[in-house]
Amino acid sequence: MAIPDISVTDSITDVEATRAPRRFLRTVLGNRKAVVGAVILLVMAFVAAFPGLIAPDDPQAAIYAQNAGPSSAHLLGTTQLGQDVFSQLVWSTRLTLIVTLIVTAIATFLSTIIGVTSAYVGGITDRALTVFIDVFLILPVLPLLILLAAYLPPGVTSLVIVLCITSWAFQARQLRSQGLSIRNRDFLVAARARGERGIYIILVEIVPTMTSLIAASFLSLAVYVVGFAASLQFLGLGNSSELMWGTMLYNAQQASALEAGNAWWALSPGAAVAVLGTGFALLNYAFDEIGNPALRPVRRKRRDRSSA
Amino acid sequence: MRYLARRGGLFLVTLWAALTVNFIIPRVMPGNEASAVLATFKGINPAALHALQIQFGTGVHQSVISSYFEYLGNIFTGQFGVTAQGVPVMTEITSKLPWTLGLVGITTVIAFLIGTFAGMASAWWRGGRLDAILPPTLFIVSTVPVFFVGLLLIYVFAVKLNWLPLGSNYSYGATPTWSLSFIWDVIKHAILPGFSLVIVTAGLWVYSMRNNMITTISEDYVKTARAKGLPNRRIMLGYAGRNAILPNLTGFAMQLGYVLGGAIVIEYLFSYPGLGYLFYTATTDHDLPLMQGLFLVYTLAVLICVLIADLVTAVLDPRTRDA
Repeated sequence: MAIPDISVTDSITDVEATRAPRRFLRTVLGNRKAVVGAVILLVMAFVAAFPGLIAPDDPQAAIYAQNAGPSSAHLLGTTQLGQDVFSQLVWSTRLTLIVTLIVTAIATFLSTIIGVTSAYVGGITDRALTVFIDVFLILPVLPLLILLAAYLPPGVTSLVIVLCITSWAFQARQLRSQGLSIRNRDFLVAARARGERGIYIILVEIVPTMTSLIAASFLSLAVYVVGFAASLQFLGLGNSSELMWGTMLYNAQQASALEAGNAWWALSPGAAVAVLGTGFALLNYAFDEIGNPALRPVRRKRRDRSSA
Repeated sequence: MRYLARRGGLFLVTLWAALTVNFIIPRVMPGNEASAVLATFKGINPAALHALQIQFGTGVHQSVISSYFEYLGNIFTGQFGVTAQGVPVMTEITSKLPWTLGLVGITTVIAFLIGTFAGMASAWWRGGRLDAILPPTLFIVSTVPVFFVGLLLIYVFAVKLNWLPLGSNYSYGATPTWSLSFIWDVIKHAILPGFSLVIVTAGLWVYSMRNNMITTISEDYVKTARAKGLPNRRIMLGYAGRNAILPNLTGFAMQLGYVLGGAIVIEYLFSYPGLGYLFYTATTDHDLPLMQGLFLVYTLAVLICVLIADLVTAVLDPRTRDA
């Protein structure tokens, strides 16, 4: 008796699944913030994939005039050691983007598992996990990051580890409340009645219904990860020979680049961090508007309705 | 009452967690960072050294459990260990505390007021000119890392225009007195770092306040207030605004931790000799006891502010009192 039921819901979700991406794409393209954010991220991804096409100079070779201003040979000038700043900026994109994506993916995974488990299992587990989440929410992030990083050898691996430990809590809390709201829906009751195991229900039944919320929390988390990674490196807790925007900032600050009149060296990696963060934030902002029509700009809402 | 009791419980649990984190980290992290650092601590008295060895789990010949309770006992009797120079950690911290308290305290209040009122106004006159410009601009600005804002301000106002000093808390060689010229000197040094923090944090408040306010404006109690013929100002502040501010106060915890983190970066950037700069120098000196003491102080600061926010919430929202 239950079998036809399942196949019906399956075919419905199949149709939904083929239609969803196209509808999703249309919604994204109709939102100016989403388009700008997506373009920023695509350009960054291209630069990260093919840095040599844009900046053929070796970013680490200290072979040019030292502390030179911008010129046609060195678009953003050179560092105190005589490295090309533009080339460093371009080549740094790769590691910065990789670290951001890895940390954000792991932290989103952690927050999903912890938040949904807490909501689904309930009872004393939920109460314990909620306190655990709340404690991590209150512990000040940057001091904790600095403290953890101080014990590890400076470098990308340590950066990823400490950022993952500290950045999952806020999203876990959001996903927990979403999980609570669907906890007693029929399809979950059905899954329980079929005798499915808890881990199956969490991963196969609950998590897929939260895809859009998880995507949104991925984006808002990415904004923080970009900023915190750069802050940590700026404070000298990175490995300054690894090419990332944060380490460029650190090297420039140690050389007093601003005061020495080498403003591009100090400002350009900061601008790059800001642009990447803004790209993620714009997409997230657009997601909020798509998910919650009440937040959309008033005038645009009317136009959307007439075109739909 | 139960609401406040629950929040008070969270206060204690978090404090205990921070203390325990300080105890666990040196023990679980790979490598021998702690023993290497403590080996460089010369000329401190044996009792202080023993306390540090207990805290960091190196060179002690007793069980972890008894170390843990001895460590907690030390903390509760106010013994937070000594720095690499043999100065008590708390002496070092309290000497820098006023500068951070002044800078961060004042900027947080300013940012909260600006952000809340701007968010309120832009939701109230929704679709108006303010709403078209302010939230998107501040939203973008709030995603910009605070050090970039600081770098830009230094570049424009200190390096190019030479209007304001590059850094530090007062002019080199000035003697701290309560004279007007000295106070002005201190203010001049605080403008750029303070402004960086306000710019970045105000946006956080605007965004959430506007969105909360949009929700509360369409509530029935606002309609009722209109139907009663209450003046607009009173509906905006006392009805829609009062309810919209509640989630903002609850979100205070996360935001404050974020602001304090931003302040560390800003103090480093401006060589402003507060707790953040102390944290930076402790990091470069590998002064682990000082770093752990600072981590505790930062946690305590956040906790106290969360407790205040909870009290204000309880005053503003009668529902929390019997929830």
